[in-house]
Amino acid sequence: MSKFQGVWVFIEQLAGEVAPVSWELLGAGRTLADNLEGELAGVLLGHEVKHLVSEVWAYGADKVYLIEDPVLQFYRTAPYARALVQAVKEYQPEILLLGATSLGRDLSGAVATALGTGLTADCTGLAIQPETRFLEQTRPAFGGNVMATILCRRHRPQMATVRPRVMPMPSRREGRRGELVRVDVTFDADEARAEVIEIITEKNKAVYLDRAEIIVAGGRGVGSKENFALLEELAGVLGGTLAASRAAVEAGWLPPEYQVGQTGVTVRPKIYFAIGISGAIQHLVGMQGADVIVAVNNDPDAPIFKIATYGIVGDFREVVPALTAEFRLRLDP
Amino acid sequence: MLHMVVCVKQVPDTTEVRIDPRTNTLVRAGVPAVINPYDAHAVEAAVQLKEKYGGRVTALSMGPPQAEEVLRRALAMGADEGILLTDRAFAGSDTLATSYILAQAIKRIDKMLPVNLVLCGKQAIDGDTAQVGPGIATRLGFTQLTYCMAIDAIDLEQGYIQVQRKLEGKREIVRGRLPALLTVVKEINELHYASLPALVRAARADIITWGKDDLELDPAQIGLKGSPTSVWRIFAPPARPGGEIIPGKPQEAAAALVEKLVKTKVVADR
Ligand SMILES: Cc1cc2nc3c(=O)[nH]c(=O)nc-3n(C[C@H](O)[C@H](O)[C@H](O)COP(=O)(O)OP(=O)(O)OC[C@H]3O[C@@H](n4cnc5c(N)ncnc54)[C@H](O)[C@@H]3O)c2cc1C
Ligand SMILES: Cc1cc2nc3c(=O)[nH]c(=O)nc-3n(C[C@H](O)[C@H](O)[C@H](O)COP(=O)(O)OP(=O)(O)OC[C@H]3O[C@@H](n4cnc5c(N)ncnc54)[C@H](O)[C@@H]3O)c2cc1C
Repeated sequence: MSKFQGVWVFIEQLAGEVAPVSWELLGAGRTLADNLEGELAGVLLGHEVKHLVSEVWAYGADKVYLIEDPVLQFYRTAPYARALVQAVKEYQPEILLLGATSLGRDLSGAVATALGTGLTADCTGLAIQPETRFLEQTRPAFGGNVMATILCRRHRPQMATVRPRVMPMPSRREGRRGELVRVDVTFDADEARAEVIEIITEKNKAVYLDRAEIIVAGGRGVGSKENFALLEELAGVLGGTLAASRAAVEAGWLPPEYQVGQTGVTVRPKIYFAIGISGAIQHLVGMQGADVIVAVNNDPDAPIFKIATYGIVGDFREVVPALTAEFRLRLDP
Repeated sequence: MLHMVVCVKQVPDTTEVRIDPRTNTLVRAGVPAVINPYDAHAVEAAVQLKEKYGGRVTALSMGPPQAEEVLRRALAMGADEGILLTDRAFAGSDTLATSYILAQAIKRIDKMLPVNLVLCGKQAIDGDTAQVGPGIATRLGFTQLTYCMAIDAIDLEQGYIQVQRKLEGKREIVRGRLPALLTVVKEINELHYASLPALVRAARADIITWGKDDLELDPAQIGLKGSPTSVWRIFAPPARPGGEIIPGKPQEAAAALVEKLVKTKVVADR
């Protein structure tokens, strides 16, 4: 097993734009590689993406493995997986990390299966066990109610996907250089098995509630459909998305796709405003992963205050317009 | 003919699963078991395709004997047959081993009637890995299409399926060759209540049960032994700090809160 060496980070790009989680992983990978006294490499796949190589060095990689081919212009599982598998077999990294994005989770499952190795999903913590050199992979399961640390003892590489925005962004060092290794992979015209016809940027925000960074959610306490206009203004100033508790959806104030919770959507924004929401467990399971929770409620004993980072006790009809005005002042000088 | 296999997993209602803080073990006692919600959407999608194009839907589950319940649920929703993979030797399988066993079962089903479409949920709400679908697709050599939010068309003659995939802030329209494996998100359809006759039919149906000897399996690739990953320790997530009430009249409180939020860069960071 000692022939497997080095930490690899899959550099995810679409049309030459790199997913930020790839840089975050280079930061985390640097620490792991240093602990193992090994090297850190980025593995970059795409069509005409060579200009990104210097960026990968700038974010801390010692080496870049580059695979370029027109077949790799759009992401399709089969050619990406086969190319990555070939590179791993040739150069044998000890650890392979990917972002837990839709692309990363699609690709990692295929690659780990083809390699017959273990894969840990959606990690929020990574560390090296000093005695064994094993990668300790910590991740939430059971909808976030349980944390588990997973080991992959006998198979290499140890593979993990890592949740975006968990690892800190490393600093970028302009002009930092490393080694470039081109990996030659020959592709079959036929092997992609799929053809991307169109990629559409979504306008209906509710469909992407689970990916929203700022959410303003209202509950029964909002009282009426008309009153949601106050929340909409706050969301507008913040570039955020509206959402609702089940009580508000059942009252017909917002359509069902806006419902957060056990029978709705699970969200994980940077900030979640809970306005006139009491904090029932079925609602909490859908939003307690938010980085910051702000609760506005006129009942000081509402359970939502127990989990809220910040709370304001008061009538939302006064508090929300005040917040909107204050944000407008601070954000649009 | 369109022959679809839908993979359905029985899961605990995860909102009620907790860690016992003293023993650091999972408390599952009394927690109800349900069909994985995404898998219910996968069954619904298959049944709708059957209504549109004709064909057959086989529901497949691996789990303890009581997982039979989720197969009956699939039958009540319109699946034609339920197959349960149950054997002590399967216990402790991680996603690599689980996808191996399910793929071997699909190979056996395929021999009886060729399979051109496999449907899975986006992920299971207990393990939360989203890895079993890609694992099955890789093992079977099927086109892998994850996070499907719509199925636009199937053309059996030309041998393709066109779907819409849900990506970060985007949707991707992609045409893939059959046979294919889809994993589906909730947006793909709305679930309906089953009718009484359908419920009765499902309750009376025979569920086929296969153990390890009914499939061609390498014993080294199943169960704990066949699983490269292992759960080394589990613990309760750190409690949310929180509970800071910002005092004052609405105006003052709002100003103080915005000050804090802007300072922590949560908002300004955009
Ligand atoms: C199986 C099951 C699944 C469920 N799934 C979900 C789910 O997915 N999502 C979900 O949200 N719920 C779900 N529920 C329902 C859940 O149990 C609660 O009933 C629901 O979340 C309550 O919504 P609420 O907080 O908006 O309403 P309430 O509990 O009625 O709370 C309203 C709050 O508004 C406050 N308020 C009133 N007036 C004002 C004012 N003027 N200014 C400020 N505050 C005010 C009140 O003090 C109160 O705290 C589910 C329930 C079950 C049994
Ligand atoms: C706390 C904890 C953490 C874990 N972490 C990992 C990990 O990081 N890596 C790992 O490899 N394993 C892990 N496992 C093991 C994993 O949960 C099991 O292998 C499980 O059998 C399948 O994974 P999943 O629940 O994540 O399913 P997913 O891959 O999320 O399920 C996707 C779809 O596959 C189908 N499917 C999945 N299981 C079955 C089944 N039994 N029968 C029929 N269809 C099914 C369903 O359609 C489902 O919607 C973990 C287990 C626990 C308890």
